[in-house]
Formats: sequence, C-alpha cells, structure tokens
Amino acid sequence: MSGLDVLLLAVGLLTAGAATLSVTSRQVLHAALWLVVTLGGLAGCYLVLGAELVALVQLLVYVGAVVVLVLFALMLTRAGGVPVVTGVPQRVAAGLVGAGTTVVLGGALLSAFGWGSVAIDGGDSTQVAATIFGTDVWPFELLSVLLLMALVAAVAVARAPVGGQDDPSQRPDPPAEIEAVQGERP
Amino acid sequence: MLADVPWALEAVLKAAAVLVAFLTLPLALGQLEHKLMGHMQGRVGPMEAGPHGVLQLVADGIKFAQKEDITPAAADRPVFRLAPAVALVPYLVALAALPLGAAWVAVDVPASLLLVLAVTSVGVIGTLMAGWGSGNKYSLLGGLRAGAQLVSYELPLILAAASVAMAAGTLSLTGVVTQWSWWWLVWQAPAAVVFLAASVAELQRTPFDAPVADSEIVFGPLTEYTGLRFAFFLLAEYAGMVVMALLFTVLFLGGWRGPWADAGAGVVGVLWTLLKATGVGVLFLWLRVAWPRVREDQLQRLAWLVLLPVALLQLAVTGVGVVVWG
Repeated sequence: MSGLDVLLLAVGLLTAGAATLSVTSRQVLHAALWLVVTLGGLAGCYLVLGAELVALVQLLVYVGAVVVLVLFALMLTRAGGVPVVTGVPQRVAAGLVGAGTTVVLGGALLSAFGWGSVAIDGGDSTQVAATIFGTDVWPFELLSVLLLMALVAAVAVARAPVGGQDDPSQRPDPPAEIEAVQGERP
Repeated sequence: MLADVPWALEAVLKAAAVLVAFLTLPLALGQLEHKLMGHMQGRVGPMEAGPHGVLQLVADGIKFAQKEDITPAAADRPVFRLAPAVALVPYLVALAALPLGAAWVAVDVPASLLLVLAVTSVGVIGTLMAGWGSGNKYSLLGGLRAGAQLVSYELPLILAAASVAMAAGTLSLTGVVTQWSWWWLVWQAPAAVVFLAASVAELQRTPFDAPVADSEIVFGPLTEYTGLRFAFFLLAEYAGMVVMALLFTVLFLGGWRGPWADAGAGVVGVLWTLLKATGVGVLFLWLRVAWPRVREDQLQRLAWLVLLPVALLQLAVTGVGVVVWG
C-alpha cells in the first residue's frame, strides 16, 4: 500500500465513523455536528483522490452553507436538545434503505470498474470547467433552472398568507408604520 | 528561496512561520485598534503596560490565562468546550495559503482563493456551536443572528471574489496578483466595496455586529465564555480581520506590487503587502468608530437588495470586459 492508500483509508474510516455517529446520536444537534465532520471527511477523501476543486466546493457549499442552515433551523425550533427516540420499525426500515443504497452503488461501481485499480485522474479546475460548460452544459443549465424554480417557489410559499388567499388585510404591517409608531413614543 | 533545505524541514519552518504570524499580526492589529480608537475619540488609549502601552494585549493575555475556566451547568459540555477551536483553526489554515510576496507563501496551491474562502466559511460553525452549547438564551439568540448573517453575506463575498478570479482568469492568489493592473482599481471597484462590506459582516464587526450586540443580548454567543476560551474567540476575530485584510489586498489592491514597475520583488513586496493590508485593517477599525450598529432587518436587506445585485452586475461587467479586452 502506498502512502496515499493509507491516507485514503484513514480519512475514509474517519468519515464512516462520523457518519455512523451522526445517525446513532440521540440529540439532533449532535447529529448535525457529526454531519459536519462527515462532510469534511468526504472533502478530505476527494482531496486525497486528487479532485481538489470538488473537495473545496464540498467544504464551501455543504459545511459552510448547508449544515449552517440545518443548525440554524434546529436552533430556531428548539428541537436540538431533546433526545430523539425512534421506533424499531423505523430503524429497521432506515437500515434496509441504507443497505439497499450501498448494494446498488457498490454494484454500479464494481460493474463499471471491476476489481482492478484505476489511476487517479482528478482533473484540475480547467478540465472540470471544460466538462461542465462543454460536454455537460445542458444538464448543468437544467439543474440551474430547477434550483431557481425551487428558490422562487420557496419565496412564494414563505410570503403567502396563512389562509392561502392574498388578502391585503392579512398581510403583516409594512415596516414604515412600525417606525412611525415608534417615533410617536415620548 | 529555500531550495537546498530538505522537504520535511522546509515544511516545519513554514508551519512555524505561519504560526508566528498568526499569533503576532492579530495582536498588532488589536493594539492598533486600542490606540486608533483612543485617538479618534480624543483620548490616548492604554498607556501603562510598556512604553506607550504597547504591551497592553500581552498583559491582557496573561490576565486571560489566569482566569478560572468555567463551563456552565446547563451547557452542552463537549460542544461548548470545542467551539473556540472550531472558530480559530480555519483562520490559521487560511493564513497559510495567503501570499505576502511572490515567493512568500507557505502553501501555494492552484486554487488558493477557493481554499481561503472555503476554510473561512467553516468558522461560523464555531460561533453556532458556542451559541447552542452555552445553554443560555442570549447565546442562542446571538448564534441565530450570526448564522443568518453569515449565510446571507457569504454569497456577495464569494461573488465579489469570483469577479476578480474571472478577470484574472485563475483561482490562484499569486496568479491574481501577477495579472493585476492598476485600472482594475476602477474596473473592480464595485466588487471591492461589496467585498469590504461583506467581510466586515462575516467578521461580525460594527456596523454589522448584531450577533454580539451588548445592549440587546449581552455578548451573544460569547456571553458564557471566560479565560482562555474567550481569548481564543477574540483571537479568532482579529485573525479573521488579518485574513480578510490580506485577502482584500491581494484581490483588489495588487498585493506586493508597488507603484513602480520593478518594485515588488522580495522583501520590498512583502512590505507593500503589509502596508496595504494595514490600510485595509485601519478601515475596519475606522468603520467601528464611525458607524452605529444596524438593525437585524436592515442588515438582511442590505445583503439581499444591495450587495447581491451589485455583485451580480459586477460579474456581468467583468464578463463583458474579459470578452472584449481578453
């Protein structure tokens, strides 16, 4: 085994361990923090495999933004400190789904590459850019449109009044009036 | 520079140099803040420790080390105790990738701009951990504010940096400085303003310091911290200012390049970088003295309705410029 193999094994074990802790943790907030370690470890795996750009984007997007949003939501709902107890059927179902995904992904990888070793070819940022904006430009643009639609829909849902109808009387007061009321106080 | 030294020794020496810079530059900036704020407000600042008070922060450090290390009973112990490290370490990594001169960079990776932005975005997790782990409602509110603020300002920050990367055609910080010309000061000016505002917000400094607003929520996520752990959070804030000032210098002010054609090689270049970064740092301090704290909704409105459109517009302008002149 070369040094890179050992490094990949170590980072992989760290990632797998953190992932296990994140699904077995009883406090949701601890689970989210273990998720941070898991995603960081995954970025480390990409780095060891030579995909520098993917590793950094993983760190920037998932650790820096997505998990921060998850933590934010947990703190907002005060659910983070309450121990979560799931029933046995749910655990079995989750285990089955996890095992099934592992078998499908592992099978796909094995059928694509076999048991032989493949040389590391992560590709620098120029190659990645050429692929995204050349060969795969249509899937990329479609994904952008999908994300934009999700964003617009989320804004629409968040701004809609509770009753479902856009009645002006149900809207919250505009900020200008609040300021005016504050200004009248002695 | 260090061609003859064995690989391991070079790595150790570079790591030690980065650590020394990490421990001294924030202290120098903090001392500058004490003195500058004092003189701007018509007083002299600290005068007792050392000549003209230069050892004030060393004395503060000794004081912090002597204080009792308290963990509140309601705290989430491991999260509470680990939070300062999570807030501090990203800036240490970022400092290692920031170039002071053409050859003066500890780790020169191809995508160093992305590396610095990625690791500094991890620091917010430490603030959130502190906000949650303290078991205190003021801390929790401060953590929430910090989370909302940092996620909002991350986007304009990255877009402004992306504009410079597009103009230079590279993600490497040394490459950006090599490509830089003086007229970028005008061409990239909107991005520079957006970057400056967003980095002040990322650092949670006045006028964007609602997460630690002392008149509303005591000291936000840091309310329960004492002693060395509190000192680590302070060090993280000032190290963040150093990192952001250096990054601003390298991206927008031409890094180690002086006004004359040949200046910028070797030690002179490092002095130019430090001089420009000190200017940016003084700007950070000046903002704190000159402006009041903005309200939470004003803060979000500025990020989404002003900074983000300006950054997107700048990206379009940069794109047109690269296509026309590139």
